Amino acid sequence: MKKCVGVLALQGAFREHRQVLEQLGCDVVEIRKTSDLEGIHGLIIPGGESTTIGKLLMIDELGEKIKELGAKDLPIFGTCAGMILLSKTIINSDQYSLNLMDTVVERNAFGRQVASFETDLSVPAMGSNSLRAVFIRAPYLQEVAPNVGILAEYEGKIVFARQGNLLASAFHPELTPDQRVHKYFLDMIDEHWTK
Amino acid sequence: MTDISSLKVKTGLAEMLKGGVIMDVTTPEQAIIAEEAGACAVMALERVPSDIRAEGGVARMADPSIIQSIMAVVTIPVMAKARIGHFVEAQILEALGADYIDESEVLTPADDAYHINKHDFKVPFVCGCRNLGEALRRIGEGAAMIRTKGEPGTGNVIEAVRHMRTVMTDIRSLTLMPKEELMTAAKNMGAPYELVLYVAEHGKLPVVNFAAGGIATPADAALMMHLGVDGIFVGSGIFKSGDPKARAKAIVLATTHYKDAKLLAEISKDLGQPMSGIEISTLADSQRMQERGW
Repeated sequence: MKKCVGVLALQGAFREHRQVLEQLGCDVVEIRKTSDLEGIHGLIIPGGESTTIGKLLMIDELGEKIKELGAKDLPIFGTCAGMILLSKTIINSDQYSLNLMDTVVERNAFGRQVASFETDLSVPAMGSNSLRAVFIRAPYLQEVAPNVGILAEYEGKIVFARQGNLLASAFHPELTPDQRVHKYFLDMIDEHWTK
Repeated sequence: MTDISSLKVKTGLAEMLKGGVIMDVTTPEQAIIAEEAGACAVMALERVPSDIRAEGGVARMADPSIIQSIMAVVTIPVMAKARIGHFVEAQILEALGADYIDESEVLTPADDAYHINKHDFKVPFVCGCRNLGEALRRIGEGAAMIRTKGEPGTGNVIEAVRHMRTVMTDIRSLTLMPKEELMTAAKNMGAPYELVLYVAEHGKLPVVNFAAGGIATPADAALMMHLGVDGIFVGSGIFKSGDPKARAKAIVLATTHYKDAKLLAEISKDLGQPMSGIEISTLADSQRMQERGW
């Protein structure tokens, strides 16, 4: 199936996701307004500033529309700011959330920029070779409901998780050449649309 | 292996700021207004560029208590400025936990020949440029993000436009050169050869490039985005205007939706007085901040 994947393009690293998806043979649509959502098979919410993206999502009910699509099982993958926006609970913040994943997320959980890091992450679902993962002022999931599968932890913190059609990573697979995480998401899209 | 503050992590934060607006603020109250308006980061300062211009004297790094009070009230990244070449101011800003340092021509230079060796730091740096050679020299010194210099504190976008067009023209001309011409091009623009090769091959800078220096309206921000910048710095343009809240929000929207002229028409309405600007030709050479930097 030729997949058409939307990348939310309000703010942040949407170009990098676009490049990976195009290398993997997808059509890519940059999503800036509600009408852009028509016909997409899946959606990526990129890294950026979650407060900025959240405010821009409130305009024209774009966020509400994405929420509806997510509730109807459209595959959605959030990286970093995307993980924050997908989570139902954001610690110490009343910022906008898409309210889709049964997760509790802590922002800037590893510290400020001087504490940002890259590391080798073991992700059993992606094979036995570790994944180079870039964490930038990254969040992690402090708590997840039993229906949320944990795909990876770093020093005991949940940094990669899946709940049905929803996938969330605290790190940035779009900044490294390893395409396994995007391929995993595209498999989720295939599963959903061939059901 | 875990690597803290690698180049990837430094340039990566700038990647996350793309498509966003970074606003100059001088108080916690202004920082909250900026965050509420949707700024993707703030620049913590003692005085905005137009006040530095008006008051004269030596402009230095801000009082650490100003920077800390701003870091305490917002969750978005907080940047701060150090003087060109003043690596101790930069060390202080790093010790405070600033998320990015702007080695900035807005402040009075501390060194008349050398910039900071930015590779020595864990905190990433952004630096100004007027052309590709200057951009690549700063990247060679370790800058993880570039911005146009423009002419700060003037509310006049012409210099930022000139600098961005110059950088883009320089980049395009490199991509058209046969390989044997690239070493001479590197010599002529005073840029590291390896970085010239990178630009010739990829047709872009190896780091994110923002617009700065004179942006005062949503239309200014959208214009700069059309010229190919990755995002926008607004210095004096917001808090020296009649209605900072409305203007800040409008500039954020204009940066995301820069191609949508109908929307730009809507959001440009009723923003109150913009900052009063300065015609560049009325500035004496000594008042041109863009000439600072080597």
